[in-house]
Amino acid sequence: MNIFDRMMSLDRRWVFLLLVVVCAVTYIVPFQVPIRVEGEVRSIYDFIDTLKPGEIVFIAIDYDPNALAELHPMCYAVMEHCFRKNLKVIVTALSQNGPGMAEQAILNISDSLMLDREYNGVLYEGREIRNGEDYAFLGYKPYFALVILGMGQNFRIPFPTDYYGTPLDSIPMMQGVQNYDQVACVVDLSAGNITDAWISYGQGRFYFPLALGLTGVMGADYYPYLNSRQIFGLMAGLYGAAQYEEMANNPGLAKDGMRVQVYAHLVIILFILMGNIGYFMGRRDEKK
Amino acid sequence: MDFGTFLWTTLGAFLTLATFSFLYKDNPFYKLAEHLVVGVSAGYFVIILWHNALVPLLFQRLSDGDWYLLWFNSSTPWYWIPAILGAMMWTRFSRNYAWVSRWPLALYIGIATGLAVPLEMANRVNKQLYASMANIDLGNFWGQGFLDATAGYSQVIIFAGAIAGLFYFFFSKSHTGVFGGVAKFGIWILMIGFGASFGYTVMGRISLFINRVQDLGLWGEAAFNASNPNHSGWFLAVFWIMVMGVAAYIVVELVKFARAKA
Amino acid sequence: MRRQIPLMLVFIFGIFMIFQYFVPHESSEWIYEFLLDWIYIIGIFALALGIWSLIRVSVAKIKAHKSGWGYPIITLAGLFLMILFGFTGYRDGSWGFYFMTAEGLSNPMFRHFFDYIMIPIQSTMFALLAFFIASAAYRAFRARNIMASLLLVAALVVMLRFNPYLGPIGPVIADTASWLLNVPNLAAKRAIIIGVGLGMVATSLKIILGIERGYLGKG
Repeated sequence: MNIFDRMMSLDRRWVFLLLVVVCAVTYIVPFQVPIRVEGEVRSIYDFIDTLKPGEIVFIAIDYDPNALAELHPMCYAVMEHCFRKNLKVIVTALSQNGPGMAEQAILNISDSLMLDREYNGVLYEGREIRNGEDYAFLGYKPYFALVILGMGQNFRIPFPTDYYGTPLDSIPMMQGVQNYDQVACVVDLSAGNITDAWISYGQGRFYFPLALGLTGVMGADYYPYLNSRQIFGLMAGLYGAAQYEEMANNPGLAKDGMRVQVYAHLVIILFILMGNIGYFMGRRDEKK
Repeated sequence: MDFGTFLWTTLGAFLTLATFSFLYKDNPFYKLAEHLVVGVSAGYFVIILWHNALVPLLFQRLSDGDWYLLWFNSSTPWYWIPAILGAMMWTRFSRNYAWVSRWPLALYIGIATGLAVPLEMANRVNKQLYASMANIDLGNFWGQGFLDATAGYSQVIIFAGAIAGLFYFFFSKSHTGVFGGVAKFGIWILMIGFGASFGYTVMGRISLFINRVQDLGLWGEAAFNASNPNHSGWFLAVFWIMVMGVAAYIVVELVKFARAKA
Repeated sequence: MRRQIPLMLVFIFGIFMIFQYFVPHESSEWIYEFLLDWIYIIGIFALALGIWSLIRVSVAKIKAHKSGWGYPIITLAGLFLMILFGFTGYRDGSWGFYFMTAEGLSNPMFRHFFDYIMIPIQSTMFALLAFFIASAAYRAFRARNIMASLLLVAALVVMLRFNPYLGPIGPVIADTASWLLNVPNLAAKRAIIIGVGLGMVATSLKIILGIERGYLGKG
């Protein structure tokens, strides 16, 4: 058995072990990688940054714990940006396990917002964000396409109460807020086909500005919507989240994860090259 | 980190490592984690469905009625109709009455498909076609710098590539001659698209693992960082108990392996 | 009757919903909102079917005492504990069972089970895919022909786009990746989106017109 045959018959658990070692070592060693910001992420940041205090941003947290790695950092970065700018936020969670993710994000960001912080040279004083005044968490309803359509008529059709059972009419920040017309933009953070529903059933019917935060797996598939202006911005994967954190000057898990990502990709590329070298060498030997 | 939070975080770390143990091979720790998450997820969904959906959409709307009149005297008694239609779905489990569940299902499918026709046509087809028919920027045809996505030639590639891709997916005509040539260009463009998706997919999958490393790192920081003001010897004790449990399992596996070889 | 009435219902409501999209009249909007309101409630009962199936299957496995019958006990324990915590809340200084109000959602044990059991296990199960993709890339990703090579090169360019250690080639690769995503990738995905859209419209029309009847099942 020559070296190329051995390469081709390598137990995959050695591949796993190398990946674990590389990721663990690069995590432990402190270093940073520069993040280059792309236009599609910049447009989301710039849009939210130019909104006036009191305007409403609708954040749809439509992912489960299996997409937490990529979308939670986006959620934290966007939500903290909104609250620091004194924007009001309506949150929904149209995926099965989304409410837990949304609640966790809101509670953690509330703690972070209590501290004075400086972002991009501007000092933001710490403040308490209050349910019903600064944000409204509407919760979950099944059949996301119909919920998105229903909210276009009136939020109260699918959501007569918020997540905690408070009637929407008695929530101060929801006074006068009927539907998407009173919302500045919708940012959908999603890991599945809820995104398609937001584009077709939401933006396609009610014409509100829509930005997407997607997992890496889906990221490349939504560029046509950017080109056709059905969405105004797109954050894809951990890299998208890291770009938003870079723009917001709010480094978090995404920027921290990108340094591990760089080396993990090199490992994958190494394996691809090894596999191809072994394949071509094997074919050359067969021809002989 | 207080001790209560540390115990929960340790449970999370243990379940993370138990799930990762599947990479070595299927084992009782992985099976435990798998079955636990199925049950807990189902229970979570029941509660969310009850508190977020059933109570506000049905029970609260009937709550101004009296239970002994079966809430028919509420101000909105017609909500009984969708409740009965929904309950009819449960006849699916009956051999003789399963056909009853088709009625509410038909209602749902009729509404969903009816909504889909104009909206999908408008948003997936029409708007994408409009975007493809944008004017080619002849003034900036060669663009600026290296590979300009806004240049005229890029717009030509987008237009031609989209059309060629659609030609490839038309299987009612054989891919020969000029038609075949256009379809071949289409598959090249599709391969570049799939390659880009694969690159993103690798990033996506690795990110999932990186997050687990970050979580385990946070737990390890609490367990081993003596400068943490809430640090306690109990943290290390719990860690070593877990390590001994795993070591015992490995020893048992090695003994089984040695006996099988003998 | 068992098949005719459902087919009729699909046709009537399907045609109405298509028609309603183009008619902004008040009465059309009123019926549309009324139907949406009802369909949420009907759908809730459909989702509960899955939970009942899980309980049935788990109980059957426990009764049969087949190998690994202890694991369904854990499943049922997780299910019932979560339901118990979800209905237990703290109000007016004491704990109690609350079914019609949402105190249970704030129960610390309910939240802890989500944060420290569901999140770690669900996210780790998907994290396993990182290893499988590495293994698959090693074993299966071969540049056998021009098309596979195109795919491979595009993938490598996108994977290297944020690598800061490539020296002067780095910005070139980043720009190439950006162009790849915004031009040929866009063209490819546009073709797929249009194809999928046409397919969805065709399938929906087939269902509305009764040509496609798979949802009715047998009988």
